[in-house]
Amino acid sequence: MTPPPGRSGGVRRQLVIGALLALLGFAGATQIRSTHRTDSFEHQPRDNLVQLLDSLSAAADRVQVQITQLQHTRDDLSGTAKRRQTALAVARKRLEELRLLAGTVPAQGPGVTITITDSRGGVTAASILDGIEELRDAGAEAIEINNHVRVVASTSFTAPTGVLMVDGMQVRPPYVIDAIGSSHTLSEAVAFPGGLRDQVSALGGTVSVKEADEVHIDSLHRVQPPEYAQPTGG
Amino acid sequence: MIAVIGLVIGILAGLFLQLTVPTALQPYLPIAVVAALDAVFGAMRAHLDGIFDDRVFVISFFSNVLIAALIVYLGDQLGVGGQLSTGVVVVLGIRIFSNVAAIRRHVFRA
Repeated sequence: MTPPPGRSGGVRRQLVIGALLALLGFAGATQIRSTHRTDSFEHQPRDNLVQLLDSLSAAADRVQVQITQLQHTRDDLSGTAKRRQTALAVARKRLEELRLLAGTVPAQGPGVTITITDSRGGVTAASILDGIEELRDAGAEAIEINNHVRVVASTSFTAPTGVLMVDGMQVRPPYVIDAIGSSHTLSEAVAFPGGLRDQVSALGGTVSVKEADEVHIDSLHRVQPPEYAQPTGG
Repeated sequence: MIAVIGLVIGILAGLFLQLTVPTALQPYLPIAVVAALDAVFGAMRAHLDGIFDDRVFVISFFSNVLIAALIVYLGDQLGVGGQLSTGVVVVLGIRIFSNVAAIRRHVFRA
């Protein structure tokens, strides 16, 4: 498209025409690109589009149901986790209590220290056991004799040769019984008429009770695994 | 020559820039492109007839585009946008055919 000769500014005119054609090319190319891009839906028959929409909304429904189910599962799981934690905390606490009862951990707390002297050798294993029973009745939670024998549920008191044997270990007078519990109640349990003090006095010994805010029980009981008893469910 | 270079540059720019057509422009751009094509073929015919005037070309280019867009807009407002677009494309197509026929006669003498 050469401009007619003799005209001034021919190049400028050609530039204007070139710019217009560039605009046309740009617009056309852009339109063609965008047409190809949106082709997939724009020229589909209506029935196809309706089907597509139906299947999409069905899929959305399915996914929604899945979301609800998964949320339920998640809530269940977090609830379970919380319950497990609570159960674990309760079990730990129970373990501590049972350990104290079984005498497998050292204990400390308020309580009494009972000293029984037996200068004439008249105090019997039975009277010591009676005294221990009285302490248990009064709520003693941990008991120790002579700082080296822990008294637990299975502890035996015997005197086959005249020497007191507690759980098979020799215990010689003076007997020192440490008990943890309410110190006032424990001392009352020793002092009541016909109790440990009276029994020991009748046998020729003396009993002194010292209440303390802090009684340490450091000896441990070695637990033998049960040989015959099996726990039953329940 | 510059015109051909401009066209090529425009097409390449359109292909490589990958612009999305704004939604407001979407009904008008195809019609505008066809109208501009009509102006370009008219200009080619005038050039071969020896009566090409760049002023006429510029004005016809823009007026074609504007009028085509206006008709489509009017059709959209009246609720017959699709039909009116088809009508515009048909008319412009006929013009393009007749222009191309004239060009053919010039080039091939047939």
